[in-house]
Amino acid sequence: MPNRIPESANMRWKTVREPRLIFEKSSPGQIGANLPKADTPEVDLAATLGDLRDGVEWPEVSELEVMRHFVNLSHINYGIETGFYPLGSCTMKYNPRINEVTAGLSGFRNIHPLMPEDTVQGALEVICGVKEYLMEITGFYEITQQPVAGAHGEMTCLMLIKAFHAANGEGDKRTVVLIPDSAHGTNPASAARCGYDVKSIPTDAEGNTDLVALEAALDDTVAAFMVTNPSTLGLFEPNIERVCELVHAVGGQVFCDGANMNAMVGTTRPGDHGFDCMHLNLHKTFSTPHGGGGPGCGAIGLQEHLAKFMPAPVVTRGEFEVFLDYDRPDSIGRVSSFYGQFLMAVRALTYLMAYGKEGLPNISRYAVLNANYVKARLADVLPAAHDRPCMHECVLTASKYKKLGVRALDISKRLIDHGFHPPTNYFPLIVPEAMMIEPTETESKETLDRFCDAMIAICKEAEEDPDALHNAPATQIVGRLDEARAVKFLDVKYKKESEEPVSV
Amino acid sequence: MPYIPHTEADTQKMLDTIGVKSIDDLFIEIPDNLRVKGQLNVPSAKDEAQLFQHCRDLAERNVDLSRTTCFLGAGIYDRFSPATVGAVISRGEFLTAYTPYQPEASQGYLQTIYEFQSMIAELYGMDVANASMYDGTTSLAEAAIMATYVNKRKKVYVSGAIHPHAREVLNTYCWAMDVEVVEIRTQDGVTKDYSIVKDDAACVLLQTPNFFGCIEDMAVARDAARANGALFIVSADPVAFGLLKPPGDFDADIVVGEGQPLGLPMGFGGPLLGLFACKKEYVRLIPGRIVGRTVDGEGRSGFTMTLRTREQDIRREKATSNICTNEALMALASTVHMSALGKNGIRQVAESTVRNTQYAIQKLKETGCHLKYDQKVFCEFVLSLPKSAVGARDALLEKGILAGLPMGGRYLGDENDLLVAVTELRTRAQIDEFASALKEVLN
Repeated sequence: MPNRIPESANMRWKTVREPRLIFEKSSPGQIGANLPKADTPEVDLAATLGDLRDGVEWPEVSELEVMRHFVNLSHINYGIETGFYPLGSCTMKYNPRINEVTAGLSGFRNIHPLMPEDTVQGALEVICGVKEYLMEITGFYEITQQPVAGAHGEMTCLMLIKAFHAANGEGDKRTVVLIPDSAHGTNPASAARCGYDVKSIPTDAEGNTDLVALEAALDDTVAAFMVTNPSTLGLFEPNIERVCELVHAVGGQVFCDGANMNAMVGTTRPGDHGFDCMHLNLHKTFSTPHGGGGPGCGAIGLQEHLAKFMPAPVVTRGEFEVFLDYDRPDSIGRVSSFYGQFLMAVRALTYLMAYGKEGLPNISRYAVLNANYVKARLADVLPAAHDRPCMHECVLTASKYKKLGVRALDISKRLIDHGFHPPTNYFPLIVPEAMMIEPTETESKETLDRFCDAMIAICKEAEEDPDALHNAPATQIVGRLDEARAVKFLDVKYKKESEEPVSV
Repeated sequence: MPYIPHTEADTQKMLDTIGVKSIDDLFIEIPDNLRVKGQLNVPSAKDEAQLFQHCRDLAERNVDLSRTTCFLGAGIYDRFSPATVGAVISRGEFLTAYTPYQPEASQGYLQTIYEFQSMIAELYGMDVANASMYDGTTSLAEAAIMATYVNKRKKVYVSGAIHPHAREVLNTYCWAMDVEVVEIRTQDGVTKDYSIVKDDAACVLLQTPNFFGCIEDMAVARDAARANGALFIVSADPVAFGLLKPPGDFDADIVVGEGQPLGLPMGFGGPLLGLFACKKEYVRLIPGRIVGRTVDGEGRSGFTMTLRTREQDIRREKATSNICTNEALMALASTVHMSALGKNGIRQVAESTVRNTQYAIQKLKETGCHLKYDQKVFCEFVLSLPKSAVGARDALLEKGILAGLPMGGRYLGDENDLLVAVTELRTRAQIDEFASALKEVLN
């Protein structure tokens, strides 16, 4: 009986269901912050600065309205703390709240990157501490945290490889980077950003690198092979030592995409597999929050022969203090402004210390247990692309529903109606109707069971009422959006109604 | 086990369902010689109270600039940020979300990104802004590389007065792409020798206010770019453009900047926030993410990531950039900050900065130091001391004042030069104290 809902409640409901832009809440003269007031003499601004502008047309809203605006928007956003987030390749594990507390300490927040080194020994100790944990966990000779995201770390690794070949007088000759057909898109994009040509290497029927194809592609033009291990199929590459040997035999280098490090922590070390370098995503494996798409933290590990090319400065433990080593004549140079995502390093260190030597292997062990459990429970409705024990994620195929007109995306969208974030869809590209599920170790059996029950129910619904899936999600503030229209009538900047929209 | 919820009974039931005896059986594909034997050589686990104590002890080994007066800038500034920023970005719905690939469940974040793009584009006077880059230096390097895509030229001309770290990152990125970097020489603290720019230029890169705090003449740089068919790229401190005529008014093609002064802590230089805006004709070459407004099947307005065919996960090696994860949470922080300041607040912050800076210049000149460059400045200036800047900086630190950046060696100055920044947070009393302490130190 709608008339029993008071109008005021309806208004409250409307602020969440029909959010207005903050620009549309603006009223001239309001301000949302209690700002510092200068007590120094006034100056003639035009005489001091030159040409001045008209006002910046930012919204004018009260402080309370600022809070309401963003709190209401948070209500229509889904995070790990909202519910299960099994997004494959993204390692959406719990981000411990103590990490936010330690990263919020004033002695970490309120320090400047160009202060004298003896005034920031605690900060340098954090960076060094993370580096020492990561060296031990990965088995690499050196770690730098200067790259600020995973793709940035990949690119930095390729730059080190480029410098290495150049130093050997092979810079002009080695122009090709080999990349498996199952790789993340960042791999070829990073290779292109280092001026390399990309050649794709197929995956064999078992889901491993096709060694015959690899051998055929290897010659002295190859600069590097970029391998994801475990692969994006969620499978450990059992021939990894052989792969590295083959590439090294022709003078190439082997990079490990570390997006899937969560499967290996404390169990196996990529530095022992034969890799020359790898990137890590501290925002995946080591629990720093994803923040809606960053900040990331793309630390890289490397073997001794690449160390002299590392981006300077290098955070180094000396006899009495930690210092910044700028004396690196062979360095490729800086790749970001300072020393990486320092406050993320504080979070990662807090996390690493919470597990310690006793606990670290449990990360990979329970991540792998959870993924295999989901794979086993869904085997009847969504078979795995490869019938092998998976690592920290399982790649399933929804291809049997295609003849009913139901795609992987439809299943995913219906999951939203059940209160779960969907898995990764259509990736890796080589699996038809792929659904890549990464539960992570921080989810309980109870959560996994509820998720699997929902998946099974949706697959049944696919057979009985496919339109329920096509029309999903039906529970969110919007349904599926017209993405073609978003491109055709590009609206990426607020304009007052009287103004013309940006068109391209 | 911290953060891992499995009971022994749960684990056993799960193993039964999978059909294996132990967790070890799930790792059979890892060759035995590659398994870790025994424990890793790292310290033992700590409980939450110990974690806090350990980190607090480390934090206390740093000189906390909430208690020491900070006149150090050089790209990272001690500016005010309201409490609302932290309150919003610590909400789990935002903090623990991934990139909004599922727009139906991510409308909150997507709308804030649209608002962010709108405010940054407005600030810089540009058509479009993207949804953030890593930091100001990589944003500048990406802009240079984008220019090489636009006009297929392989040489970038860059002012000698950009931040030295930005220059280093630009050099690294360009080296990897086989792009040549040519420096435009400066004179008296501003970029001068534009005659060097030739018609092989992909772009002309200028920073304003530049590394010395001096306000550059954007019109001259633009004319040099236009005369040679090059793009005009500006690296611009966002706060200065609360007052200054924005780069868009000077026909800039791409504008980049470091967003830290818009609500982020200094945080030892990370995480930061790269700003990136451009003219609409280049929108299909822009790196990174862009959010657009559209409608759903029932005509309801909503937001989604758009122009996705530029991006690495779709175009792979043909993508406009390799950037994937960016600085979304920092962009959200700055969106809250910009909303809180609004039209009047940004002007007030910029004006307070100018007043404090001018007052500091006046007081510091009375100490026997002089301004190295006679130019219009915003927030920052080069002070030439009668003796070593490092010595003076260290002596002032003993008195609770961080005086600035000694410029000898890596920072485009002489041994006696000190780069001093004065933000809206500094007070008359702090500036007076700085001046009198400096006088003491110099005598």
